[in-house]
Amino acid sequence: MKSFKEYIAYPYGLWMLIFIAVPLLVVVWFSFLSNPDFKAGVYTFTLDNYQEFMDPVYLELLYRSFLYAVIATVICFIIAYPLGNLIISLPGHRQNLMIVLMIIPMWVNFLLRTYAWMVLLSGSGLISQFLGMLGFQDVSLLYTQSAVILGMVYNFFPYMLLPIYTSLKKIDPDLLRAATDLGANHFQMFVKIKLPLSLPGIVSGSMMVFMPAVSTFVISNLLGGGKYMLVGNLIEQQFLTLNNWNFGSAISMVLMTIIFLVLGIARLITGKELDTGGQLL
Amino acid sequence: MKKILLILLLLCLPFLAGGCGSDDRAELTVYNWGDYMDPEVIAQFEEEYNCRVNYETFTSNEDMYVKVKNSSDTYDVLVPSDYMIERLISEDMLQPITKDNIPNLANLDAAAQDLAFDPGNQYSVPYFYGVLGIVYNTTQVTDPVDSWNILWNDKYASKILMYDSIRDSMGSSLKRLGFSMNETNEANINAARDALIVQKPLVMAYVTDNVKSLMASGDAAMAVVYSGDAAIIMSETDNLDFAVPKEGSNAFYDNFVIPKNAQNPELAEQFINFMLTPEIAAKNIEYVGYSSPNTPALALLDASWSANAGFNISKEDLARSEIFKDLPSDVMDIYNRAWTEINVSK
Repeated sequence: MKSFKEYIAYPYGLWMLIFIAVPLLVVVWFSFLSNPDFKAGVYTFTLDNYQEFMDPVYLELLYRSFLYAVIATVICFIIAYPLGNLIISLPGHRQNLMIVLMIIPMWVNFLLRTYAWMVLLSGSGLISQFLGMLGFQDVSLLYTQSAVILGMVYNFFPYMLLPIYTSLKKIDPDLLRAATDLGANHFQMFVKIKLPLSLPGIVSGSMMVFMPAVSTFVISNLLGGGKYMLVGNLIEQQFLTLNNWNFGSAISMVLMTIIFLVLGIARLITGKELDTGGQLL
Repeated sequence: MKKILLILLLLCLPFLAGGCGSDDRAELTVYNWGDYMDPEVIAQFEEEYNCRVNYETFTSNEDMYVKVKNSSDTYDVLVPSDYMIERLISEDMLQPITKDNIPNLANLDAAAQDLAFDPGNQYSVPYFYGVLGIVYNTTQVTDPVDSWNILWNDKYASKILMYDSIRDSMGSSLKRLGFSMNETNEANINAARDALIVQKPLVMAYVTDNVKSLMASGDAAMAVVYSGDAAIIMSETDNLDFAVPKEGSNAFYDNFVIPKNAQNPELAEQFINFMLTPEIAAKNIEYVGYSSPNTPALALLDASWSANAGFNISKEDLARSEIFKDLPSDVMDIYNRAWTEINVSK
């Protein structure tokens, strides 16, 4: 007989089935149809939707989305890794305070925070006025590529910091003491102990930033002013304005496949360690 | 355990409140553009007709169409534009209006009626109309604004706001090149596309709803907007003016329609009739800012309205402008493709 604990997972399994597995299958199904007329029961299977995406115009869009997401992920890492180390070096209660401070902005709605950036970055906003005082006149940062990447970094930063912090915290301080005892300098200690042991956190954090960044459409819309279309915007447009759900589904499938491939590579890099340290996936 | 019970009870509270709220008043579901009706007017209708109005909004005709076509929700009143009304009629999704039930039709200007998209107004009742044009900052723009060409003037680089909508942006480019707003020739559509790609480096952003703050703050010097939006922006900010380019533009008519599957078509007609009452129409004009075909309502407005270039559109500007037609899907594919290429270009 199964234990109570196992039964308690069933509602969740049902939930996953109805709200994740079934919709996903519908998207897969849609992506292989051409202009179905469900009321008349007419639908033909085709690979056209996928073939259409192989056009240079769309491939460049995909390339741009990946480029932006990678840049955002790297910037997040460059800020989060030293910050994680800094937080670890603080006494316990201050560590918790720092982590809470990092999480508090996430209590505010994501859209609202992005709108706030629009105000800050606009030509008459605080940042431009400050730059104006320093002698840089008429700098408008809003509606630029940098603004889009900034929006990604800002919104997804906590997802990078938290796994890194957790994996750094798990490193046994005795290991570091032993290394110092045995004559390792700071650089060697970092390369041989800290970095390998925090790798699972880094990979996990990178995935957590990369995945929402590569598929976002709100950030590029609001902060890019519609000038820097990403693959997420293309999908949104197919579903909401162009009413071409089949092509939209095909793009979603392509994006999803690539994300799965990236996840697989990440798993290869960290091996089994991904299951033990600092992962949020 | 007590705590858990308390939490469960608290979780149930909203359902209790919902229970009290449900009543047996008739329900009317209205699907309208965002910011396109004074909420006070809706409350007034609910009170006078002892009913409950479910009011939902959309941001584009296409969004509305996708929702109405694919959702299981039914609507009693929609407010689509001309070409979308044409499509809804051709797809047999609307029911004819019983004109005897709407005596206030007498208030409407004949110029806004019997148009090509719905001859004889069998299916639709005029609500607002307007023209696409350029709102500009008179202190920043020193050249005369009378042509779409000004949007390609590099003097105003990074100060130009385009309208984030396929037909409107493509339309302004087509008109500038001397083609029709409803162009179906692929080579001409692609010429308009190429012009927009050339223009892109000058564009500050493609926006739909952020125009107001960017024009008010002076961050943008000019923006492609519809007349009524210009009217509202101009009523709140000085040094702004509105012009309809001489090459012609797009004129639109947003009309009330009743879908075939409406749950309460009688109440829907009462709703439409109520909205055509001069006092109510005047309230809506002051809230919305678009030009109204309701002649008696115009007399009730503050004098500043007739001086507002965004509200008071000249007959010549209207005559020069074309109404969008519902283009066949193979032509729309060319437009969609062109728009994607513009979006993707650097």
